[in-house]
Amino acid sequence: MVNTAVNLCGVGLDNPVLAASGTFGYGYEFAELYDINCLGSFSFKGTTSQARTGNPQPRIAECAQGMLNAVGLQNPGVEAVINQELPRLAQVFHKPVMANVSGFSIEEYAETCRLLDAQPQVGWLEVNISCPNVHGGGMSFGADPALAAQVVRAVKAVTTKPVIMKLSPNVTDIAAIARACEEAGADGVSLINTLLGMRIDLKRKRPLLANTTGGLSGPAVFSVALRMVYAVYEAVSIPIVGVGGISSAEDVLEMLLAGATAVEIGAANLVNPYACRDIIAALPEAMEKYGIQNLTDIIGGAH
Amino acid sequence: MKQGIFTIGENRPLTGDVYEMTLLGDCSAFTGPGQFLNLRLEGKFLRRPISVCSYEAERVTILYKILGSGTAGMTALRPGDRLDVLTGLGKGFDTAKSGPAPLLVAGGVGLPPIYGLCRTLLAEGKRPAVILGFNRAADIFYLDKFEALGLAPVLCTADGSGGQRGLVTDAMAGLDDYTYLYACGPTAMLRGIDALARTGGQYSLEARMGCGFGACMGCTIETRSGPRRVCREGPVFDREELLW
Repeated sequence: MVNTAVNLCGVGLDNPVLAASGTFGYGYEFAELYDINCLGSFSFKGTTSQARTGNPQPRIAECAQGMLNAVGLQNPGVEAVINQELPRLAQVFHKPVMANVSGFSIEEYAETCRLLDAQPQVGWLEVNISCPNVHGGGMSFGADPALAAQVVRAVKAVTTKPVIMKLSPNVTDIAAIARACEEAGADGVSLINTLLGMRIDLKRKRPLLANTTGGLSGPAVFSVALRMVYAVYEAVSIPIVGVGGISSAEDVLEMLLAGATAVEIGAANLVNPYACRDIIAALPEAMEKYGIQNLTDIIGGAH
Repeated sequence: MKQGIFTIGENRPLTGDVYEMTLLGDCSAFTGPGQFLNLRLEGKFLRRPISVCSYEAERVTILYKILGSGTAGMTALRPGDRLDVLTGLGKGFDTAKSGPAPLLVAGGVGLPPIYGLCRTLLAEGKRPAVILGFNRAADIFYLDKFEALGLAPVLCTADGSGGQRGLVTDAMAGLDDYTYLYACGPTAMLRGIDALARTGGQYSLEARMGCGFGACMGCTIETRSGPRRVCREGPVFDREELLW
């Protein structure tokens, strides 16, 4: 009997598989299909202080082994999330959930995190300083170690739950950003957010996405994400959540060996709504195949 | 929504670039006309959302136009091939609003959901009038199917090579005795129809989708009631809700 349990920043997970923010809504669409309590947890749709409609259409494009999205942080705003989405979620999901937060100023990050930190359902705050699809926010904080550290300090000052900083791959040295977050007091880091990409519509001879660029996700980015998790593991001692193109139990094992304590499944959910459930179900057999008894034993094992 | 493996029954061209495909499998997730399904294709990362033309308990018919490499690849699929399909997606037409004599307008590959709607309305004892628009005679499909339902659709082609010359809006201009309006077609057509509409109505919209079941927010549009997902709150919307 293998053991899939891990501990993420002091909160136990039955297994290391979380659904990634922006690919799982607030869980109900998937709860119609299967019992989502099989998940380790999931990170809900990125939340900002005010409601956001997001970017104009089209927001989605396809590419080889992946997709681009330029949704632009559509969400109902933190008050509606707390008053409407979280009570609905409580009916279908009974484990701590990860609250994903985005913002356009340091004050906004702190205030949204403070409000969500007070919700009993929330187990962790995942602070997105890496959204590539909004201007004047998101990724601009994640591209500069000093700014990233300021966000961490402002959020940590008003919260009690573990703060996990979601990092952008669209930087020269992701390990330097991770180190700055750790030094500022972050409890963990998750990586990677999407890679900036674009497509051109040959019929119109213009960018396909209304936002011109979008974030690349899917199997196409797995090897990049793995390499970055490996590099960040050497740079920090706080837990890492590995994200990017994971689509099988074997991918999960690779991520843990690279240094991740847990993983998030993103684009795979959009193609196969049962992806998380199927990956979790396949984990024990994959562990046995590779002679792994306890998942915690292999975290960072490839170093 | 349900996921299932479907077997292709037929896959045949109706015109130079429009095909009819029947898929055999469990259709119990469909609740009415105007919904769509989402096909997984070999070699393509995202599924392909396609509106349902008609369905029965174990059989669904879709009509698709070759628009890119995904739909081009679909033409090579053969009877007996199997596809992973999500069924019962989206909110379809509300036939309770139709009144006794609704007007149905379809342009090009906007036709399939209108055909399914027409069958449902007839089964409910209503008397739909139908306007079908195409670019040219060679693009016409399914006229015979509507006629087989006992209807005589007004046929329009933009170049006059079939039916009456002009757009569906030209055919619609003189009509004022309908009780409700249903339409599906290109955005410019819907906008033109909406300007002429004399009753309430519902339009089926199209959007680029990520998942097709409400998870990714990729297909959201702004409406009078706020942001709405075309895949979940749509693809059919009340005309009063839409911002043009």
